[in-house]
Amino acid sequence: MHVKPLFAGLLLLLSSSVLLAQDASPDVFIKNVTEEVLSVVRQDKEIQNGSTRKAIALVENKVLPNFNFQRMTALAMGRDWNKATPQQKERLAEEFKTLLMRTYSNALTSYKNQTVVYKPTKLKGDESDVVVRTEIVQPGNKAIPLDYAVVKQGNDWKIYDVLVSGISLVTNYRETFSREIRSNGIDGLIEMLANKNKQLEVGKK
Amino acid sequence: MSDLKETINHLTRRSSALLLVVALSGLSACATSSSLEQNPKDPYEGFNRAMFAVNEGLDHVIKPVAQGYDAAAPLPVKTAVGNFFGNILDVWTALNNLLQGKGEQGFSDVGRVLVNSTVGILGVFDVASDMGLAKHSEDFGQTLGKWGVSDGPYFFWPIIGPRTARDTVGWGVDIYTDPVSRLNDIPVRNSLSGTRLVDKRAGLLPTDEIVEEAAFDKYTYIRDAYLQHRRSEIYDGNPPRESWPNQPTSDDSSDNSNTSGAQ
Repeated sequence: MHVKPLFAGLLLLLSSSVLLAQDASPDVFIKNVTEEVLSVVRQDKEIQNGSTRKAIALVENKVLPNFNFQRMTALAMGRDWNKATPQQKERLAEEFKTLLMRTYSNALTSYKNQTVVYKPTKLKGDESDVVVRTEIVQPGNKAIPLDYAVVKQGNDWKIYDVLVSGISLVTNYRETFSREIRSNGIDGLIEMLANKNKQLEVGKK
Repeated sequence: MSDLKETINHLTRRSSALLLVVALSGLSACATSSSLEQNPKDPYEGFNRAMFAVNEGLDHVIKPVAQGYDAAAPLPVKTAVGNFFGNILDVWTALNNLLQGKGEQGFSDVGRVLVNSTVGILGVFDVASDMGLAKHSEDFGQTLGKWGVSDGPYFFWPIIGPRTARDTVGWGVDIYTDPVSRLNDIPVRNSLSGTRLVDKRAGLLPTDEIVEEAAFDKYTYIRDAYLQHRRSEIYDGNPPRESWPNQPTSDDSSDNSNTSGAQ
């Protein structure tokens, strides 16, 4: 008896997700990811009370797959990136991913009822590398610009840089990384990142 | 206008020369980072690091006060305090927007001050934001930047924090025109300045842990973030994007290794 409406509903759901996948412009993509994450944070008292561990779990599930960490690491390293072997690149991207995800998760725990305004992104022709602009609105304070640099990969968009108030969380490391490479080489940088991650892992709450 | 620019450029140069003298005396005291290559924007790193250490020391006193305030004051009180000082700052923001030729923003800021000072009861309620007049943030350092004054060397000052030479001059003008610091009643002035400092510090509490965990070297992380942030502010949030350094557009790791990993 109830099969028909259920089936129709399922069909509707399927077709809408297909539509979503096809029409995903970069701003829609960023909006979907952000709202999905925020809907979890809004209901999770543990994250709001500063549980980094829970925030990391959320980030690993919902956020991580939307990033391109190779490109992120390349951006942080600048010219030095091309000096790394494929194996080194893999390790660098892995360690940098762990570090950035921690920063991102930490930021989520300071969420307090802010809302996000999404600014429309217009693509020129078949542009495949754009910045999507959003703003974190908090009453009584100046809105905080939060921008994402995204690149098209097949049919999907992937984030490769996050800018808070114009500060790139990625290129902010460039000087530190290049200094380390000059002193201790690429392997020195890998070790530096790995040590930092281990140290943060120990202090995890 | 160009005369003015010239004068200010000159002023910035003069003040950086003066700062240099201060800096050099600090440098000799702490030449710890001399073995490392200097960042061209941070020629007085030794001095700055010493001041950074002083500031970290001061923060051992200020931070607990800010934490106490943050924990004890109910949210509406904190919002009201922030709004009150924000409203005073809006006057200066409005003027700077007008000085930069951004009439629309400037008049919107004037509107904010008028609405919030009256309907918002001396700025305690930010009614203007609810009416759709967005809050902006402009200071004289940004105005100088808009006028073409280059930013000059980077400095780290106790309490004030990071400022380029240009922004140090800008900050001097900001403080000179600041209504709170010009109050004649000393106890009122001091308690208002103190409250403002605590309110400001409390606002930064959420970023503490993030910076602490993200940074390999806190000094460098804060410096580079400050320089990026100021650059973005001067371009009103739209700085020209840095060109992609020698990077293949392909994202697949195996692809990368074919194009670049071989050499």
